[in-house]
Amino acid sequence: MLTPEEKHEIEKAILLVPAKKAACVEALKIVQERRRWISDESLNDVAAFMGMSAEELDSVATFYNLIFRRPVGRHIILLCDSISCWVMGYENILTQLTQRLNIKYGETSEDGRFTLLPNPCLGTCDCAPALMIDNDLYRNLTVEQLDEILQKYH
Amino acid sequence: MEKPLTEHLGADGRPLTLKEYEKVGGYESVRKVLKGMTPQEVQGVVKDSNLRGRGGAGFNTGLKWSFVPMNGSKPKYLITNADEMEPGTFKDRILLEGTPHQLIEGMIVSAYAIQADVSYVFLRWAYKTAAETITNAIREAYEAGYLGKNILGSGYNLEMHLHTGVGRYMCGEETALLNSLEGKRATPRAKPPFPQVSGLFGKPTIVNNVETLCNIPHIVNKGADWFKKLSLTGDSGTKIYGVSGKVKKPGAWELPMGVTMRELIEEHAGGMQDGLKFRGALPGGASTDFLVEKHLDVKMDYTSVAAAGSRLGTGTLVILDDKTCPVGFVQNLQHFFAQESCGFCTPCREGLPWVEKILNSIDKGEGREEDMKLLEFHTKYLGPGNTFCALAPGAMEPLESALKYFREDFDQHINEKKCSYG
Repeated sequence: MLTPEEKHEIEKAILLVPAKKAACVEALKIVQERRRWISDESLNDVAAFMGMSAEELDSVATFYNLIFRRPVGRHIILLCDSISCWVMGYENILTQLTQRLNIKYGETSEDGRFTLLPNPCLGTCDCAPALMIDNDLYRNLTVEQLDEILQKYH
Repeated sequence: MEKPLTEHLGADGRPLTLKEYEKVGGYESVRKVLKGMTPQEVQGVVKDSNLRGRGGAGFNTGLKWSFVPMNGSKPKYLITNADEMEPGTFKDRILLEGTPHQLIEGMIVSAYAIQADVSYVFLRWAYKTAAETITNAIREAYEAGYLGKNILGSGYNLEMHLHTGVGRYMCGEETALLNSLEGKRATPRAKPPFPQVSGLFGKPTIVNNVETLCNIPHIVNKGADWFKKLSLTGDSGTKIYGVSGKVKKPGAWELPMGVTMRELIEEHAGGMQDGLKFRGALPGGASTDFLVEKHLDVKMDYTSVAAAGSRLGTGTLVILDDKTCPVGFVQNLQHFFAQESCGFCTPCREGLPWVEKILNSIDKGEGREEDMKLLEFHTKYLGPGNTFCALAPGAMEPLESALKYFREDFDQHINEKKCSYG
């Protein structure tokens, strides 16, 4: 079930577009912000609310990198794996993260704190390597800084 | 040296407020066009200025606008493409975070030029700071009467909204961007019809890059001739250039269009890091052909870079040094393109992962001689004319040029069955 607050937010998004369906990405974002990911149940509820079939909405949901159709941790680590970060050695950052959190790309740490995902170019190539945790951008990363950064997230 | 785009970047990391921006001449161009210029006159000055699209394609902006029917169906749309996702590109971020009002001013004038009713900023998800600066700037512009109904009493109406995406390189392709804004998968559309005639929700639509639109207020205020004179070459204006990779001072700078690659690397980026030599560069993002040492004095404008066998693209260089493996470099690029293919057309969906796998094998020392022929085949088979959009042909540009300039590295991997870069 969508909450009244979720429905209200989605309705506001619908008002901005000439066709209801056009707000479906916005609707997925609204629900994901509140539930961290889009479960089958959430997907069905959003689809019903938007007047779409679940299949149609899922075709949209699964297209985009940042709509999560599997459970994720409390914080998402997006590690840039594109060319400038590759040249500047992002793979050392990846190795360190993998060891510290004991997870590979696409996995969530056992304590549910972090999900680690690769991400295309974060657009901060002069400060490579870079990653984002939730809404925070970290640049000019070194392996030594990682522990301190991870400690900020509970 | 004039730097119209970056002259008023907030010095302390905070962009100018609307009031501060007005004090340095901000929104003058909106007054000028609403009070005394017809839409056709605005289109004319922009066309005469020879402003070419800064998103990478380099099409004449005024000419692009001129295809919008002036008496066609309503509403019409103007969209800023702020989905900066070309690997190695970080120029629009500077303008979005640093001078949001300049973008909005440019959007209002451009929207007026095509008589648009609604405008969107399509912003990539990762640009969180930009989302804040643009949201605040739009709110301020509404409060000051630059947006909404009857702007400055002129009778012209324009609404503006921020749309943040949810990731996917394809959203930067203008017709895929339109699909994404319509709440669909971001796959490209067939052209014709072109968006200028049938774009967002089937209505006339212009999609322009952030840097392109930021130039508009200055062109309108100071004229086409002034804009042409900013440049060192035949392609007008300034350009925000960038350099990333193992140079001493990576960064981005607004410079006259047409500075050389050598000046960018040696003067502005401080030269290569100690102990490293320049081997090559992608001149304008991941989907441009390598330029090498013999091209260092090529002028970085659309015409000159094309004559050297590449594309200016976004104008942000990614440097390959002599201690970095060219095979690994290209493998990383192809991984990106294979992942970001929308999967709509078969050559791109099937071909790019194949290319990536071949490069993986070669990089790991498991390549075979016939793999080189397969790679060469793909540079043609995934080239222009064989795919639905420009993604796969763009992916083939760095591969084809790497096979040309760094062939000995590929052969060495295959013959010695290892990567000797460590």
